[in-house]
Amino acid sequence: MTTNPTKTRPDAADRGGDVRLAGIGKTYGSFTAVHPLDLTVARGSFFALLGASGCGKTTTLRMIAGLEEPSSGTVHLGDRDVTALPPYKRPVNTVFQSYALFPHLDIYENVAFGLRRRGIRSVKKQVGEMLDLVQLGEQARRKPHQLSGGQQQRVAVARALINHPEVLLLDEPLGALDLKLRRRMQLELKRIQTEVGITFVHVTHDQEEAMTMADRVAVMNAGRVEQLGAPADLYENPRTTFVANFLGTSNLVEAEVDTRGGGDVVVKAAGGKLVLPGARCSAPAQAGGRVLVGIRPEKITLTHADDAGSVPEGRNRITGTISNTSFIGVSTQYVVDCAACPEFEVYAQNIDRDPRLVPGADVVLHWDPAHTFGLDAGQSVLAGTTGEAGTAGDGAA
Amino acid sequence: MAFVTSLLNWFRRHLVVIAGLLTLAYLLLPNVVVTVFSFNKPNGRFNYEWQRFSTDAWKDPCGVAGLCGSLSLSLQIALWATLGATALGTAIAFALVRYRFRARGAINSLIFLPMAMPEVVMAASLLTLFLNMGARLGFWTVLIAHIMFCLSFVVTAVKARVMSMDPRLEQAAQDLYAGPFQTFVRVTLPIAAPGIAAGALLAFALSFDDFIITNFNAGSTVTFPMFVWGSAQRGTPVQINVVGTAMFVVAVLFVLASMAVGNRRTRRKA
Repeated sequence: MTTNPTKTRPDAADRGGDVRLAGIGKTYGSFTAVHPLDLTVARGSFFALLGASGCGKTTTLRMIAGLEEPSSGTVHLGDRDVTALPPYKRPVNTVFQSYALFPHLDIYENVAFGLRRRGIRSVKKQVGEMLDLVQLGEQARRKPHQLSGGQQQRVAVARALINHPEVLLLDEPLGALDLKLRRRMQLELKRIQTEVGITFVHVTHDQEEAMTMADRVAVMNAGRVEQLGAPADLYENPRTTFVANFLGTSNLVEAEVDTRGGGDVVVKAAGGKLVLPGARCSAPAQAGGRVLVGIRPEKITLTHADDAGSVPEGRNRITGTISNTSFIGVSTQYVVDCAACPEFEVYAQNIDRDPRLVPGADVVLHWDPAHTFGLDAGQSVLAGTTGEAGTAGDGAA
Repeated sequence: MAFVTSLLNWFRRHLVVIAGLLTLAYLLLPNVVVTVFSFNKPNGRFNYEWQRFSTDAWKDPCGVAGLCGSLSLSLQIALWATLGATALGTAIAFALVRYRFRARGAINSLIFLPMAMPEVVMAASLLTLFLNMGARLGFWTVLIAHIMFCLSFVVTAVKARVMSMDPRLEQAAQDLYAGPFQTFVRVTLPIAAPGIAAGALLAFALSFDDFIITNFNAGSTVTFPMFVWGSAQRGTPVQINVVGTAMFVVAVLFVLASMAVGNRRTRRKA
């Protein structure tokens, strides 16, 4: 598909190229939707802009599409500055939220729309191939409202992809689908992206979706990019409380730095001592300073207090009481009440379930210090959790 | 007794249908009378009493002096008024929905004023205006007046449609290489078309049978409603019923045709 010879755009030889945003920002009156940001999306990659609603991710996407005029900065596609180009002159296509299929045209004409506007006469073969790719050949003469949500979504993708854009922009394309269909379409989109090799920029508020699909994720909050990186890197090494809480769940404990040396930082929290690698501490950790110590729930092992002696040396440990458990099938989620943190979450795989681990049981939580991370204590511990937009970015910026 | 009960039950079950049919009869009775009396052969000049069946009037619809001239004039005015009001009204509707500008709210409410104002008052004020401007009353003053009062209805009809349009559709068109003109012609206009058509039909009907405003501002020009009114003083020729029936039949055929087109489309889709 990438070598399709029917491309008529003048720059047909210059396929793709990076998307480069330089100092791009958007203000509406006194409200800043996007603070000037720099972002480079590598050619052929699957890039996700992740954040809660109102974080500026869609505005950023629309500025790449040309549907929103940036208040500052430039947009480059490859070496070309497209900042001043209107949307219909940019080699970029969008899959809109709720699809925006043309209700007065049938599926065939919806998909052919872009080709026809570029003056291509014989569209039949291409449209046919594209409809087959998204498995909608049978529905060509139907109107959009006669299709199911998943089918409409595929039409929207086909309508954009048929133009072989340098960049495909996806604005929450799966938001309207139910969970099961969404999972299937995630894999489908990922497959199409690998197949056609086009740069995808995907906007979503679903952290799982972003991590499943994207090569690189930019986590946005309050008009700023909080952190950018590969999904695993973001998950394992969050640098702000927002990222720590928005991507998965984190247990955050306030602590005081005790000593720093030999690559490790030792902190005091609720009477005990915890160790974390200095490289994973994004806060300026001087002795006596405060940090937030973070640990993911699935890294923690839960041992009943009676067996406390069997916990190996050199592990971080905290004691507490189980206050709640919920059985999820593959795992069990425990909420543990500790002195350092009232609601410590622990996920345990259901391999060998200890029947003594019930609410009220005294337990020891322990984990490998290498899994611990440290964050600046100047931020809200709750940033990024549900219902908390948070402006934690300032602390880490 | 059992018979009465079952009759009552039947009546209860079909109450909605019966009420609907009665209302329909109420609505259509005048049209039936008009049609029936178009086949009358009255004694004398007034077509108010049934005498005997005749197709004379149908064979010679223009047999009354001035009737067909006034009819053609009314059709012309209605056509131009529809075109003018639809074009201007559509533009106003888009401006009101799509753009934010000073006095937008005021215009939004002022648009309703011509609909709310008593027609006779508007007719008299228009005459005053035309006379003060020194305009010669006739075809043009009638046309200007008709476009004016049709505008509100067109704006209302088109605005409702444009407001329900998803602005993302036009953004999608632009995203798919359609420039502003192509976007308007290929996406905006086709989607707004039902609203525009509704406004146009309304404008045509309003203009064609307007009497009060026309009568004030026509000078010596005579439109069809004015002709009917004028002749009613001296006698009512059967030809008036013929024209009325013909208009009704044309309207019914129009509705049937549009329904047939709609049906075929749905069937093709399925």
